[in-house]
Amino acid sequence: MEKKLSHINYQNAVIDIKGLRKSFGELHVLRGVDLQLFEGENLVVLGRSGTGKSVLIKVISGLLYPDEGSVNVLGQEVEELDEKALMALRLRIGFSFQNSALYDSMTVRENLEFPLVRNKRTLSRAEIDKEVEEVLDSVGLLQALNQMPSELSGGQRKRIGIARTLILRPDIMLYDEPTAGLDPITCTEINSLINEVQERYKTSSIIITHDLTCAKETGDRIVMLLDGKFERQGRFNDIFNSEDSRVKAFYDYNFIA
Amino acid sequence: MPPYEFKEIINQCYEVGVKSLPLISLTGFITGIVFTNQSRPSLTDFGATAMLPSLIAIAIIRALAPLVTALIAAGKVGSNIGAELGSMKVTEQIDAMEVSGTNPFKFLVVSRVLATTIMIPILSCYTGFVGLMGSFLNVYQHESVSFVSFFDEVFNTITFLDIFQAIIKAGFFGFTIGIVGCFHGYNSSKGTEGVGRAANAAVVTSMFLIFIEEQLVVMIVQSIRG
Repeated sequence: MEKKLSHINYQNAVIDIKGLRKSFGELHVLRGVDLQLFEGENLVVLGRSGTGKSVLIKVISGLLYPDEGSVNVLGQEVEELDEKALMALRLRIGFSFQNSALYDSMTVRENLEFPLVRNKRTLSRAEIDKEVEEVLDSVGLLQALNQMPSELSGGQRKRIGIARTLILRPDIMLYDEPTAGLDPITCTEINSLINEVQERYKTSSIIITHDLTCAKETGDRIVMLLDGKFERQGRFNDIFNSEDSRVKAFYDYNFIA
Repeated sequence: MPPYEFKEIINQCYEVGVKSLPLISLTGFITGIVFTNQSRPSLTDFGATAMLPSLIAIAIIRALAPLVTALIAAGKVGSNIGAELGSMKVTEQIDAMEVSGTNPFKFLVVSRVLATTIMIPILSCYTGFVGLMGSFLNVYQHESVSFVSFFDEVFNTITFLDIFQAIIKAGFFGFTIGIVGCFHGYNSSKGTEGVGRAANAAVVTSMFLIFIEEQLVVMIVQSIRG
């Protein structure tokens, strides 16, 4: 059963990308991408590995700059922001990395405290502890509070990575391959968590994946990145009823895999 | 601009300073003994064995203490910084820091460069002391010179300029080790192979620059002395 769309505010695009181009030397990764993410929406970007999906969200968060085109996030043109304004904007964007990117020299508690103590300096020790425990509880890993990242499983690391981004209460969540390298049961748990985050924290999200189950379970809308451009968009069933051979090949490969 | 990351600077000073003490102690002590042993025959040939404490003092304070400390630190601390930042880079931890509103340059680079710049001169002074102690034990064993006589001779020989140039030189060495380690770590790529390469490049480049700086400082000090 497909997700309901009543929670999405189609009057407000929190991300608006126009004509985005990005190349690395002779490799033209994004070739004129247009994209809108609406308030409250979970947008899945599907595509094969190496098609520039991760590049897209790195441009949105200001980690990379576009060669051409405009990237408007929460009403601000990312490429025009100075360092201070970009830092402030990033606090409103949560970025969940493919490999979780937990600070491996810190405990789970210290990982979660890290963005909090640097960006909300008026919080007392008790308030920080409360925030950490609350967000950890929301991803179901309160017991991991004092563990090191090396002691956690892949799924747990993903959850902690998501918790670390949630602690700053972002308006937008960017998930880079949230289910990559996980077993099917853990994948389903992560997919449920993404939907829970959307409901509980009222976030708008872009989910980068090549996992069709993830796309089906989490996506309100799906776009397919083919040859550096968005070629298809719509609900899951609309996309995969397409006669486009490239889409069919992607679907068949996932199905067989 | 706040936050000043004092906690991280202290943490790095501990990593660079305290954790290097055993290796620095051993190396400094052995350097003192070996250099004394090697110098004795030449002085004996000229009947100048009494000059041994003076010779050792000049060699250790002016050159050996800062240089040995810096070379040991380049190997231990420089490679550690290169590998640590390299690993953070390839596992996207630096990007994670950036997107969570923290300036990774300030948190990772400034704290490490400050720590090496502060701690290498301190370690260098310590190496000088340990080296002289090693030398004293050797002189005491062979020439039966007392502790007071040995150090009286040492402090009569060295000047304020000797100590000052050694500390300043060690500060430059420390800055070099920190900045080179951070540069190679921060710019590493290509997975685990890149991390190894960053650590290796940090050591090789630091050592090369340390020898060049040593030569430059010697030339400057000699011109000051006239």
